[in-house]
Amino acid sequence: MLDEPFASGNSVIHRLDPRFRVMAAIVYSFVVAIVYRFPALGLALGASLTMIGLAGLAPGRVFYRLLLVNGFVALFWVILPLTAGGEIVYQLGPLDIQKRGIVLAAQITLKSNAILMALIALTATMSFATLGHAMNQLKFPEKLVYLLLLTYRYIFVIEQEYKKILRAIKIRGFSPGTSLHCYKTYAYVIGMLFVRASARAERVYQAMRCRGFAGKFYSLAEFDSSRRNYVFTALMTLTAAGILYLEYLPK
Amino acid sequence: MNNRDPENSPVIRLSDICFSYPGGPEVLDHLHLNVYPGERIGILAPNGSGKTTLFHIIMGLLFPQAGTIEIFGEPVRTEKDFRDVRKNIGLLFQDADDQLFSPTVLEDVAFGPLNMGKAKQEALAISRQTLSFLGLSGFEDRITFKLSGGEKKLVSLATVLAMSPRVLLLDEPLTGLDQDTQGKLVSILSEIDLTYMMISHDIDFLEATAEKIYTMKDGKIMVDEGLYIHRHKHAHMLGNMPHRHE
Repeated sequence: MLDEPFASGNSVIHRLDPRFRVMAAIVYSFVVAIVYRFPALGLALGASLTMIGLAGLAPGRVFYRLLLVNGFVALFWVILPLTAGGEIVYQLGPLDIQKRGIVLAAQITLKSNAILMALIALTATMSFATLGHAMNQLKFPEKLVYLLLLTYRYIFVIEQEYKKILRAIKIRGFSPGTSLHCYKTYAYVIGMLFVRASARAERVYQAMRCRGFAGKFYSLAEFDSSRRNYVFTALMTLTAAGILYLEYLPK
Repeated sequence: MNNRDPENSPVIRLSDICFSYPGGPEVLDHLHLNVYPGERIGILAPNGSGKTTLFHIIMGLLFPQAGTIEIFGEPVRTEKDFRDVRKNIGLLFQDADDQLFSPTVLEDVAFGPLNMGKAKQEALAISRQTLSFLGLSGFEDRITFKLSGGEKKLVSLATVLAMSPRVLLLDEPLTGLDQDTQGKLVSILSEIDLTYMMISHDIDFLEATAEKIYTMKDGKIMVDEGLYIHRHKHAHMLGNMPHRHE
């Protein structure tokens, strides 16, 4: 299930205005994504670790989340050193281990972890609803924001419908296998899920119209803008500037 | 209740309504229905007899192929006409998950008032007041999809009542509710001073909350006196033992 283990908390980061955090996370991610030099990436990793620390998140849980992405990154470590070309550093039987590939894989690892940790520290520390409202107030396209919020709301309902269908086929003796009957059944399950989701969407829209919905959403969220937010913004700007300085520092 | 003041015009008047879903048989066939102010009507009818369709036609979610609809004495035809209707008639959906779409309870309850053009503070005040009327104080920041079935139903009712409708339509309000919540709903309905019409299969519930019970047959509303449901009290010896009346 989609629970939000990081959303509740009372750290310095949790208390910041969500809008500032969302903006900072976006700008920071872009900056980290465009740099390649190791000193710059090192600083980014340090800054991200600091943010995780400030948010007071359980290291085990953060590590578990990073593991998911790093499983994907591990694929680069397998493929890139063999295919990226450049100087050969080691001969492993018939395989050439190339320096350029190792460097690229290391850059990708540092970048993705730094960005992910910053996103966890800054945006996973607010509830989904708050994130939606922050995006709304930052003038993200309204349709995008409500698509996000409604998806979040109804993904549970759709999951329940999915479980219902699974139960229905199980109690009638269905067991998965490799037969045409099995594939056909799964096709029906998925088809039925789409049909139910669309019928659900229709009813939700009807209910919204019954309550006077005419295409415009109103947000109730109010965020306090204390001085803390400007200190945070200044620190984030300095960090981003530092990372860019280390990247573009003349040799 | 039948010797009403003729000046007292119906809040809902349906005449000669015909409706069928594409490719299907007639669900409503020249249906007539008058609902007068203050009436509390229960509709008890078999599945597929067109009860929910009837409610959706009153709300303008479905448009009949023939017939006229008058709400508060005004004929309504277009989507635009029905926008005003929806400010005055609240529909409680059968499935609360259809009705509650906001992340938190307070936002969901405030959705209607905000759509009606209320200012943020006013909408919040109305919402809190409605929640407390229904005994749901403290639910404001609860996440809607994490509520229990009974809580969802009561919050749905709050979202409808927050718009202070003049008429309430309840589509099988008891579905999935336990005895306690059912009892709560009965006492809420007896407390609110609203015209309402509800669909239910539960005779005891209708007896407790409705003053008239209609049924539907062949796409028409049957308001025949003979269809009124009643209960007798009687006393006899050994009445506290299990027994059978011949």
